[in-house]
Amino acid sequence: MRSAYTSRLPLYAFIAFALAMCAVPAEAHLNATGMGPIYDGLMHFLMSPEDFVPVLALALLAGLRGAAYGRRALFVLPAAWLLGGLTGLSAVAAIPHPFAAAAWFLLLGGLLAADAKLSLRITTAIAALLGLYHGYLNGTGMGRSATAAVALLGLVFAVFVLVALAAAFVVRLHANWARIAVRVAGSWIAASGLLMLGWAMRMKS
Amino acid sequence: MSQPRDTQQPLSHTWRRMSQTATSGAGYFSSERAWRAISLLGLVLLSAPSAFAHPLKGEATGFLTGFRHPLSGLDHVLAMVAVGLWGAQLGSPAIWLLPVAFPMVMAVGGMLGLMGIPLPGIEYGIALSAILLGAAVMFEVRPPLGVAAALVGFFAIFHGHAHGAELPPGQSAMLYSIGFVIATGCLHAVGIGVGTVHRWPWGRRFLRAAGALVSMGGLFFMWKAVA
Repeated sequence: MRSAYTSRLPLYAFIAFALAMCAVPAEAHLNATGMGPIYDGLMHFLMSPEDFVPVLALALLAGLRGAAYGRRALFVLPAAWLLGGLTGLSAVAAIPHPFAAAAWFLLLGGLLAADAKLSLRITTAIAALLGLYHGYLNGTGMGRSATAAVALLGLVFAVFVLVALAAAFVVRLHANWARIAVRVAGSWIAASGLLMLGWAMRMKS
Repeated sequence: MSQPRDTQQPLSHTWRRMSQTATSGAGYFSSERAWRAISLLGLVLLSAPSAFAHPLKGEATGFLTGFRHPLSGLDHVLAMVAVGLWGAQLGSPAIWLLPVAFPMVMAVGGMLGLMGIPLPGIEYGIALSAILLGAAVMFEVRPPLGVAAALVGFFAIFHGHAHGAELPPGQSAMLYSIGFVIATGCLHAVGIGVGTVHRWPWGRRFLRAAGALVSMGGLFFMWKAVA
């Protein structure tokens, strides 16, 4: 006697295969699903290194300083980003200054590489400034469409998740070499900032 | 008395029995391999990722161009790997300080190149960097940390300038820069990884031989620059 499980597994595999073969439209732009703006905002953040890298650097820096710093960055940065974004939604479009992007890379990468012993207050101020500045730029870039605020929510959610993951990862690191590896990543971010500064100067001249 | 054949048997046993059943022609498929392949194909199809059919223009190529740039010239590769080898030979803190100093100062050189500020003797500087850094590994030179960092930083300016001056048009500056720095860091990491053999006597001899090889490569590039 064969068990029902044993005899039906190939059938299930065949049904799964048949279902997979009956491909439905991809809905790649998510206009019809209603989840479009959320994912638009989320993907915009993940695919924009000028937003992503400074947030990552701040999260790593906060993680190096400890759990209290990580928690502060986790809530202050997305909140400031949302505030800046909502302000930007009703403002005239602003063009991001290339020097500013390079400056954020340099500042946060440099602080991370140096393992700067910042106070909680200064870390909070940096997180708030970063969130307000980038949120404002994102907000002005999204225009005044009806879905812009929803996209902003997706973006802020992505910021929250990135800070949570990166800071929590670093807080748990105790081995000296692992903390040095994080600082080396900071030096790479700062070096990228220096190169971006050169690019900005070249564009200007 | 026969054993009851219930579902409490281990999964591996069930799998084997199913395979035997299928192979004997008693199952839904004539061979074990066929239904395994179909199951696997179904699994792969069901886990298909998003297409990302509309990437931002120039983004991916900017990163890849930047990443490939330090890898494109053997003279750069030799010097950057030698920095990692030397750092591993010198031990902590040089093992991480030198690979941090090199990309940072290299970025300054790259900035000068991007701004169009000329630097004389770039090719000589790059070749000399491979000769001297290779020699430092070959002879296990142990200068003070500041001297080692200054030497590495001095040569990094030439490497950075050479890369910065060769700006490809129409690509993402930011991603080019990030790819460029990451590739440099990876080359240092390769050097450090190889340099970990320093803990064994044969490894020390191997490292000195590698340093000699880097120096010889540098001499070749110097000869090419002079000729």
